[in-house]
Amino acid sequence: MNRRGIMSAESAIEGSAVITHEIGLHARPSVKLTKLAKSFASAIHLRGEGLESWVDAKSIVRVMGLKLREGTTVFFRAAGPDASAAVDALVALVKRDFDEHRPA
Amino acid sequence: MTGRVGIVIVSHSADVAKGTVDMVRQMVGHEVPVAGCGGNPAGGLGTDVASIMAAIKKVWSSKGVAVLVDLGGAETNSEMAIEMLPESWRGKVAICNAPIVEGAVMAATESAGGGSLEQVRATAEELSPA
Repeated sequence: MNRRGIMSAESAIEGSAVITHEIGLHARPSVKLTKLAKSFASAIHLRGEGLESWVDAKSIVRVMGLKLREGTTVFFRAAGPDASAAVDALVALVKRDFDEHRPA
Repeated sequence: MTGRVGIVIVSHSADVAKGTVDMVRQMVGHEVPVAGCGGNPAGGLGTDVASIMAAIKKVWSSKGVAVLVDLGGAETNSEMAIEMLPESWRGKVAICNAPIVEGAVMAATESAGGGSLEQVRATAEELSPA
């Protein structure tokens, strides 16, 4: 199989970040990630460290189904008109810990 | 088409319906119209056609409404409620074959992203065993 996979036809933008959320990519962070991904026109896929397949970052069921844990690196790959902005925004969301650690 | 697909939660229990609505609002946000109904008119467990119709009207959008149900009567009463809606609405209300809480959160996430009624329903139903 071609390692570059589903988006090899176009030049894809890639990025990655480590999940620092203590419970991992569970329900609430998955919803945030999916909603953000859906705000971009580009095709966006993500893959968890150690996993083979890329999943559609706009599919809440697929993203939540990955059950990515704290300390796992998540890779993003986007292709389309706003691919670069999409990857930047998604990487930033993961790095901000999904905005879940605000002072109470 | 503007607006977002509305979400209706129909449980036998008013508490389950309210709790599910709370989860959708907190996890997905307030941009998706969501309403819940549960319990019979006497205040016990059950579902009520008039309450289901009222909930559908409350979240009505030109993009349609996705309905999440729990057990047996919730589905049949929801079907009855849909049949009693104005004819032009009926085709735009879909009962999702999905677990009520998880399905509601998935459906609302898809709706928040601007998905169509069919996309919202398909997303909720992706959860069901094949």
